[in-house]
Amino acid sequence: MNVLLSIVTGILFATGLYLMMRRSLTRLLLGLLLLANAANLLIFVSANPVKGRSPLVAEGATALEAAAADPLPQALILTAIVIGFGVLSFAVILFSRVFINTQSDDSEKLTQTEA
Amino acid sequence: MSHWIPLVLVAPLITGILALILPDRGRLRPTVGLLGSLVLLGASIGLVGAVADGTVLYYHFGDWPPPFAISYAADGLAALMILVSALVSLGTAVFAFADIDRASSKAGYHGFVHIMVFGVCAAFLTADIFHLFVAFEILLIASFALAVIGNQERQFEGGLKYVAINLFASLLFLSGVGILYGMLGTLNMADLAVLAAAHEDPAKLTLAGVLLCAAFSIKAGLFPLYFWLPASYHVPASAVSAIFAGLLTKVGVYALFRVIPLVFSADWAYFQAWLLPVANFTMVLGVFGAVVQKDLRRLLSFHIISQIGYIILGLALFTPLALAGAVLYLIHNIIVKTNLFYIAGFIQRLKGTGNLKYLGGLYKERPFLAILFLLSALSLGGLPPLSGFWAKYMVVRAALEADAPFSAAVALFTGLFTLFCMMKVWAEVFWKKPPEAESGSHAADKDSSPPPVAALPVGSHWAMLLTIIGFNLAALAVGLYPEPLIEFAYMAAEQLIEPAAYIEQVLGKLP
Repeated sequence: MNVLLSIVTGILFATGLYLMMRRSLTRLLLGLLLLANAANLLIFVSANPVKGRSPLVAEGATALEAAAADPLPQALILTAIVIGFGVLSFAVILFSRVFINTQSDDSEKLTQTEA
Repeated sequence: MSHWIPLVLVAPLITGILALILPDRGRLRPTVGLLGSLVLLGASIGLVGAVADGTVLYYHFGDWPPPFAISYAADGLAALMILVSALVSLGTAVFAFADIDRASSKAGYHGFVHIMVFGVCAAFLTADIFHLFVAFEILLIASFALAVIGNQERQFEGGLKYVAINLFASLLFLSGVGILYGMLGTLNMADLAVLAAAHEDPAKLTLAGVLLCAAFSIKAGLFPLYFWLPASYHVPASAVSAIFAGLLTKVGVYALFRVIPLVFSADWAYFQAWLLPVANFTMVLGVFGAVVQKDLRRLLSFHIISQIGYIILGLALFTPLALAGAVLYLIHNIIVKTNLFYIAGFIQRLKGTGNLKYLGGLYKERPFLAILFLLSALSLGGLPPLSGFWAKYMVVRAALEADAPFSAAVALFTGLFTLFCMMKVWAEVFWKKPPEAESGSHAADKDSSPPPVAALPVGSHWAMLLTIIGFNLAALAVGLYPEPLIEFAYMAAEQLIEPAAYIEQVLGKLP
């Protein structure tokens, strides 16, 4: 399962970076979207999740008996998803404003700030 | 536990929220911003006073035991950065009285500025690497909003570039944090430092380190990752680009100072070997970019990059002298650079343009402003006895002592070009004849010639001038009496090189 997730993470990173390097701004945004998911998945995988064991300490004990799924990475991912969602939606609105102004999806046409 | 830390964090947060929810009547919102900045300044002076003897203050959120708590810690460097940030926040609050119009105020300018300052302060104080990510996001989201307030076409373009690259950097940062947590199982930076030093395979950790380093470098505007900066910093309102120029890139620099030597101490030589050439390139290419610019604020944006190079040079050398020089440089640069952006904003309000081609004759018109500009410009160039001289002297001397004569030569060469570039601005803006007097026929042919400007109200005039004078005085004070600041910088440098006190205070036990 973890191997599969690792491969998926790699594919997401590769696809996201490829899309970001295109000239089209729509692809740039889609690439960022994929990268955000890739980063979240990376956190999940790199914490080496264990299937089917919740991190509950048995009554009377002070520590976990065996390896269990760590809840912290999921809390991190939840935070990152919320932040990423907010920032990306802001970026989409910015892009729509730029598109209305320039009538173009081509990043090479974004030259107004270069002078 | 220190009560200064929560005070520093809460002051800008409450100010920001109040400035957002209070009705936009009269001068209510800017006044709230001004008062909040004064409270922050007071708290930061208290913080600096409390760490001046070399103690490291800490605060565990919710009083959870470390390393489970989200911890904050303030050592010399963090406290000093908070103090200058408070200064910049205050200056911008005063400047905003003049520069920010009703529409921007209604759109929430004053609230966003203080929430951004809250993010900056949280980034300086946190001792938790994921919280550092969140602090970065807070300040970024607020800065995204600030970048487009004003609704100009080119602001959306600059904003889009700025958002895209910073989002990318944040994702690199997040990936690095994820890998680090996967390997070490903690997020507390002091705990990370202890566990990383004991890790059997530091090369794997370096992978996470490189991701973090790349993320911070993008945010700091290091070579070759700086192209977004001059494409976006000159388009927002003047008050906004001044606070961006002063604070935002410095947060990236601060993160490099704080995280990389502390957590990746085992492989630190590897990072040093990379940072040294990067610093050289950043210095030279930044200033080369600046020389050819026509727009005043865009020219200054390129100078930001070049100056970051000096600070990173100090970090790459990592001797007490070099780090003290770098800390001093950070302080000097924040003050002087912010002030130059204020002056550029003032000129833009007076003349309706920041384009060097359409400016001229300001020396005759406003000799006092010319002197204020000259003081800041020469300080940026590093002429004694102004503040830039001491910082530059310490960094260059450290480079010579650390057997890096090439970097020292690059630093001096860059200083020369900075001076040349500032003299070009001086000649174009203040000395040459105003362009209308030269050729009357030329003015009509271009659509980009500046629109006529309304006269500046007296109150706005004085608010702007007051800010500029205040920052010049601060820079002069640093230049003429640098002794206490240099001592403080040495103390901060020792804490960076020998982080045992930081680790002990944050973890509450000896490592």
